[in-house]
Amino acid sequence: MQDLSRRNFLKTTAAVGLGAAAGIGFPAVLRAQGAGTVKVGVLHSLSGTMAISEVSLRDVCMMAFEEINAKGGVMGKKIEPVVVDPASNWDLFAEKAKQLLLQDKVAVTFGCWTSVSRKSVLPVFENNEGLLFYPVQYEGEECSKAVFYTGATPNQQLIPAAEYLMSKEGGGYKKFYLLGTDYVFPRTANKILRAFLVAKGVPADSIAEEYTPFNHQDYQTIVGKIKRFASGGSAAVLSTINGDSNVPFYKEFANQGLRSENAPIMAFSVAEDELRGMDTSALVGHLAAWNYYQVVDTPQNKKFVQAFKAYAKKNNLPGGDKRVTDDPMEAAYFGVYVWKQAAEKAKSFEVDAVRKAVYGQTFLAPGGQIKMDEANHHTYKPVLIGEILKDGQFKVVSRSKGLVKAEPWSKYTSPDKGCDWVKEKGTYQKKA
Amino acid sequence: MIIRLLLALALLPGLTAPAAAQGAAPAPSPEIATAIAEVASSDAAVQEAAAVALGKTGDRKVLPLLEALREGSVYVRPLPGGKKETVIVGDKVNEGEKTLVPLFTAYGREPILGPDGKPLLVEVGKLEEVSTGRSLRIAIRPLIDAFSGQSQLTDPDWTVRQAAAVKMGNAGDAGALPALTEALAKEKDRWVRYALEEAVALIQLKSGSEVERTRAAGTLGSLGSQDAIDRLRDVARDSASSDQLRGAAGDAVKRIERWALLTQTMQILFQGLSLSSILLLMALGLAIVFGLMGVINMAHGELMALGAYTTYVTQTWFQDHAAGSIEYYFVVSLPLAFLVSGTAGFALERGVIRFLYGRPLETLLLTWGVSLMIQQGLRLWFGAANVDVLSPKWLSGGIPVMIGVVLPYNRLFIIGLATAAVAAMYFLLFRTDAGLRVRAVTQNRGMAACLGVRSRRVDALTFALGAGLAGLAGCALTQIGNVGPELGQNYIVDSFMVVVTGGVGKLLGTILAAVGIGGLNKIIEPGLGAVFGKVGILVLVILFIQRRPSGLFAAKGRYADS
Repeated sequence: MQDLSRRNFLKTTAAVGLGAAAGIGFPAVLRAQGAGTVKVGVLHSLSGTMAISEVSLRDVCMMAFEEINAKGGVMGKKIEPVVVDPASNWDLFAEKAKQLLLQDKVAVTFGCWTSVSRKSVLPVFENNEGLLFYPVQYEGEECSKAVFYTGATPNQQLIPAAEYLMSKEGGGYKKFYLLGTDYVFPRTANKILRAFLVAKGVPADSIAEEYTPFNHQDYQTIVGKIKRFASGGSAAVLSTINGDSNVPFYKEFANQGLRSENAPIMAFSVAEDELRGMDTSALVGHLAAWNYYQVVDTPQNKKFVQAFKAYAKKNNLPGGDKRVTDDPMEAAYFGVYVWKQAAEKAKSFEVDAVRKAVYGQTFLAPGGQIKMDEANHHTYKPVLIGEILKDGQFKVVSRSKGLVKAEPWSKYTSPDKGCDWVKEKGTYQKKA
Repeated sequence: MIIRLLLALALLPGLTAPAAAQGAAPAPSPEIATAIAEVASSDAAVQEAAAVALGKTGDRKVLPLLEALREGSVYVRPLPGGKKETVIVGDKVNEGEKTLVPLFTAYGREPILGPDGKPLLVEVGKLEEVSTGRSLRIAIRPLIDAFSGQSQLTDPDWTVRQAAAVKMGNAGDAGALPALTEALAKEKDRWVRYALEEAVALIQLKSGSEVERTRAAGTLGSLGSQDAIDRLRDVARDSASSDQLRGAAGDAVKRIERWALLTQTMQILFQGLSLSSILLLMALGLAIVFGLMGVINMAHGELMALGAYTTYVTQTWFQDHAAGSIEYYFVVSLPLAFLVSGTAGFALERGVIRFLYGRPLETLLLTWGVSLMIQQGLRLWFGAANVDVLSPKWLSGGIPVMIGVVLPYNRLFIIGLATAAVAAMYFLLFRTDAGLRVRAVTQNRGMAACLGVRSRRVDALTFALGAGLAGLAGCALTQIGNVGPELGQNYIVDSFMVVVTGGVGKLLGTILAAVGIGGLNKIIEPGLGAVFGKVGILVLVILFIQRRPSGLFAAKGRYADS
């Protein structure tokens, strides 16, 4: 009883407080010395509106860490993930990124989904010598030293999709309805698509463009417009509608008597993971453009899909072994491995050394061999057009010949700009 | 010796069974048989020629082969005796390390049976894949389209027949004309007939003689054909055609435009009505809880989400236990959603809200907290991703009422449901004793209590009723929107907007506000677009509330003072 002196009490509280602080705020201080491990950050929203998409990316990253750790880690060091939840809040993204870099001192971060979240963490990573692997297809027009983009740029997704629809095989469509949710990706994507279509000789009155607010539910008017636009039968819809609004859109589309045979919808934001929560009957026969599908027939993909299902089941993730894999998940997954290979090549976790080692790195990703660009921080990827099937999976109907080089600056909207971190300092003006 | 005999006997069925199975299917003509063999050639030019030859035969039994070629599921199977057979493979089955596929005949896609009489499963590795290049796929596409169009014209589903007719008309291929006229002679459905007539006229307009073209232009005009308008405009502008044809085309364009104006007006009316009914259904529960009881229930949206998830759970139960009657799960889920949300509302009122009557700010905070809890609860239980609620067949598709206007069943259903709910509410509140008590309590609690009304009980039941209506709305909304943990958030603002605009405490106000907001939204949306349409509506509502702070119908008398 005597022990309960004031001094002792203070000591214990301080210790407990420190311990708690270490657990919550400053794990870096204590654990960094614990050697044997290397810290990496995972910056995906686990709550809020984006949780629906981003939770799967967290899961697949964690699976990759587990796989790597089971095989001895990176250069003998086990990966120790620091998972934070920016809660779909763009300001919180920057704050959490700062925490990862300054307090946890992570070697690399895997994260972000929406462009606005990426833009909000960009200065943090650039000013604090951070490294971010960004796994989602995006609108391009960016060339950051601190980011490696493992998702597609417009020329690896948008342009091939439009080309496919214009081709004889794709149906030879001549009119295009550009429909999107009102934020930066659809706006920029449609700017590029419009420039491309105009360059290919599509007259301006054969291109319609329209935006809806987030979570828009009532597509009656728009589908009515599409119906009039598509009369004559040579029109296709290029849709950058974001996850949530897709069900009401496709349902209305089908219910008003429009069918994929007469007016196909090419979607750029609908993948297997989104289809999981949808009644797919109205979507069957419509198209999507990605760089990977769960059905891709490679041995490493079979392993990947099985491993993920098993992982989800083992860890009691919602959905269990009914979980699916999709394009951003694949990109997040191989991002982890590309970083590992680069670190091993550089024999260091130093950001700058790893960054240089990433250039030209190749990896046999689930969807096939990919290659990191030698200079522009993006990824060479194959482009696949898929048709939506009843079970929420895709049938690949067209596949690019080999890998397509990423063009962060689209040649249709910014023909004078390029991105190069070897010969130039990021974005540069091309000489005429 | 005996063993050998037995072996031979055992093998015998194995040898005869496939032969028998193939014997059952009619054999292809020699030309088709050669083409089927050549399709598997390694020379792309030979392949393409063979595919085109197959397409030209017009024999429907070659369609599966063409489709399989395009998908890349055609293989060559070595037969005993060095011969080879072109086959179509089905979906892969994994059996341990091996990947097995069922085989189908190239002609007619009949399953090839194994010795045991069951479909033959073969290891993929033992087959030789027929490579399909891009140019072959391009060549095959129109062949398949021609085939599938023709076979779709006899599909039992009228929407398939209609879509096929529209597609053939738009393609304008004169080769499709016989099939279309043949289908027209047999067709009984009014809307498919319309599509067929339109398709025939479109093709004639494109490739007929001068007289036929003029007649076709007239027909298209009288059909009010939207699909033809661009082509007719081209014809009217084309200086190469005769004056008569150009005149006919010009007249037709005018007629179609007039018709289009009418259909558009009809559509806007229906769209407005549909949106109004949705708003009304969402706001009805809130009108009771907020309007009559004065409780600012921020958890109203989450009560809707509970209703929606109840629908999902019912559906899952049906899938697991009564797959045969899955089409009717929705009928069961409607009352269930009402009950579940109603119970939740009852518990909410009894548990917390009753302690906070007369303290609107605290109630607001509290119900908001409850809404977050329900939301996170749903997320933990069902996962952050949306769940998949099926539309039963009888709520998918739509009924065409006039050319160019299709009324979707799910929207008609919601209009009906909203009407029924409002009627039931009116009956309950104004024609029953219970309703009388509710009105008594909301108008003067003290007096009602003095006269023997158990006001606490009335409160709880009224709140439960409002919550139940929210559940009903949530259930109905699964048919037009998503079901996810955030469902409530998407609807709560609109619900409050309707109730406040309508005037607190007035059911009639709520109805008129829903109709007004829904209708206005649909009238301004075509011009301004969805984003500014929404902004416009909010601005109008704000202006309106500035003018009339208590909404459309202000409450009068003692109730207004309290």
